[in-house]
Amino acid sequence: MEYFDFIQLMAKILLVVGVSLGVVPVMVWFERRGAAWMQGRVGPNRVGPFGLLQPLADVVKFIMKEDFVPKNANKFYYYLAPLIALIAPLCALSVIPFGSKAIVNGQEVVLQIAQMDSGVIFILAFAGLEVYPIILAGWASNNKYSVLGALRGSSQIVSYEISMGLALLSMLIVYGTFNPHEMVAWQSENYWGALINPFGALVFLISIFAETNRLPFDLPEGESEIVAGYHLEYGAMKFALFFMAEYVAMIMASALISTLFFGGYSLLPGMGTLVSMISSQFGFGEVGVTNVTAVFQFISLCSKVGFFMFLFVWIRWTLPRFRFDQLMDLGWKILFPLSLINLVVVTVMVYFLNQ
Amino acid sequence: MGTINVSKKYTAKERAYLPAILIGMKITMKRFIEGFFFRKHFTILYPEKKRDYSDRFRGAHFISVDENKTENCTACFLCETVCPAECIHIVADEREEETNIYGVKKEKKPLSFDIDLLRCCFCGFCEEACPKDAIKLSTNYEMATYSRDEAIVDLDQLKRPMNGRHEKKDN
Repeated sequence: MEYFDFIQLMAKILLVVGVSLGVVPVMVWFERRGAAWMQGRVGPNRVGPFGLLQPLADVVKFIMKEDFVPKNANKFYYYLAPLIALIAPLCALSVIPFGSKAIVNGQEVVLQIAQMDSGVIFILAFAGLEVYPIILAGWASNNKYSVLGALRGSSQIVSYEISMGLALLSMLIVYGTFNPHEMVAWQSENYWGALINPFGALVFLISIFAETNRLPFDLPEGESEIVAGYHLEYGAMKFALFFMAEYVAMIMASALISTLFFGGYSLLPGMGTLVSMISSQFGFGEVGVTNVTAVFQFISLCSKVGFFMFLFVWIRWTLPRFRFDQLMDLGWKILFPLSLINLVVVTVMVYFLNQ
Repeated sequence: MGTINVSKKYTAKERAYLPAILIGMKITMKRFIEGFFFRKHFTILYPEKKRDYSDRFRGAHFISVDENKTENCTACFLCETVCPAECIHIVADEREEETNIYGVKKEKKPLSFDIDLLRCCFCGFCEEACPKDAIKLSTNYEMATYSRDEAIVDLDQLKRPMNGRHEKKDN
């Protein structure tokens, strides 16, 4: 019994970590190719078919490079920063449900690594941890540009976390639960969260762009002003860790917004009939139907996450970078009041609708 | 006084900011579809395809040879004198009288004729100065080398028949 629990937990961890880390090279490739297509260029197309092996070549380069540490850097924090950067979003992924349940060997397996009632709080805690690698990296590498990038990054993330939290809070009031599973169940029974609370979804979407330091909010990295920002002094595999962390954070943010606002793993329209068609075709019993549903739920979540990943790239090559005061204006003068008003309106609506 | 106020009143649509973002996203999506589905691009895939330059493009030098594969150069030093970058170095020599089939036409010959391509500014003055049409600039622009020494080309590397500037060095 315990043996089975251990095996299924390991399998789930392997699936989530494997998929999220495996998507990173594909996203790196797509980011570069997509940018090229949007700008009328070709992009990397030499290594492997369609240049798909380009990330592999990059990794070989990263591994072969000298592992350089600046002379006056604080070694401990210097090495710690990229590790936190990668591990924090991976941990946050552990409470994202990627399916309702599967039945393996007569036992029910909940498709979520950590079943917590306070799942959303857990995600927020680890998303909040993302500010630490930026500060640590910027300060520990003892470089003025790194420190500037770190200051920008920390103030930006702290500012946008507030409106993000308020948008999240309005959804928590609607769902009446912290548990991601129940949120998805609520959304598959009623409507997607984004349809009920569009302003909350919008504020949340803008905030996760700022949280993951993606354009148009990539001021911590701002190449044109502060060289490369907080990871300026990082080279070789340590830089690669930051690079991977950025994409894992994007996956985490996409999974979070799909779970909270876009129905999570609930089946996309048309998938339900597909499941029943396949089940009747092969004559599945109840176990088979549950497992086929789980597969389609996973595909549904993956397609939603994929859409948001595409949106990240799409936005990146559409919008220029904000100026820092514009960024703060948007965060404090527009998104913060908007999310507050939205929270009040949603609360009042929920109060009267539940009566 | 001297300042011009260029700020303007923004309309509500402009202040909302999001419609403008959507328009921008529409444009990038259009470009993305063009690139992804129709493979539209403006890039020249360099080693396979090369850019066409005009006949007047001034690229790598060559020294034209006559029908006997003898260089037309008579080591008159005009090109070396006119060269603003001082990249041409000629050592002159005399042709032996008994074996010289050209007679007085090609009494002198260059013993060595070196051009430092790293110093050259490709102005084409040498080509203009040459009375024998010996030194010419071709349209070849691929002059990368692995070392600085290789960038100094000598007479054997420069010689090729003059059949238009486009032709590759055939040796």
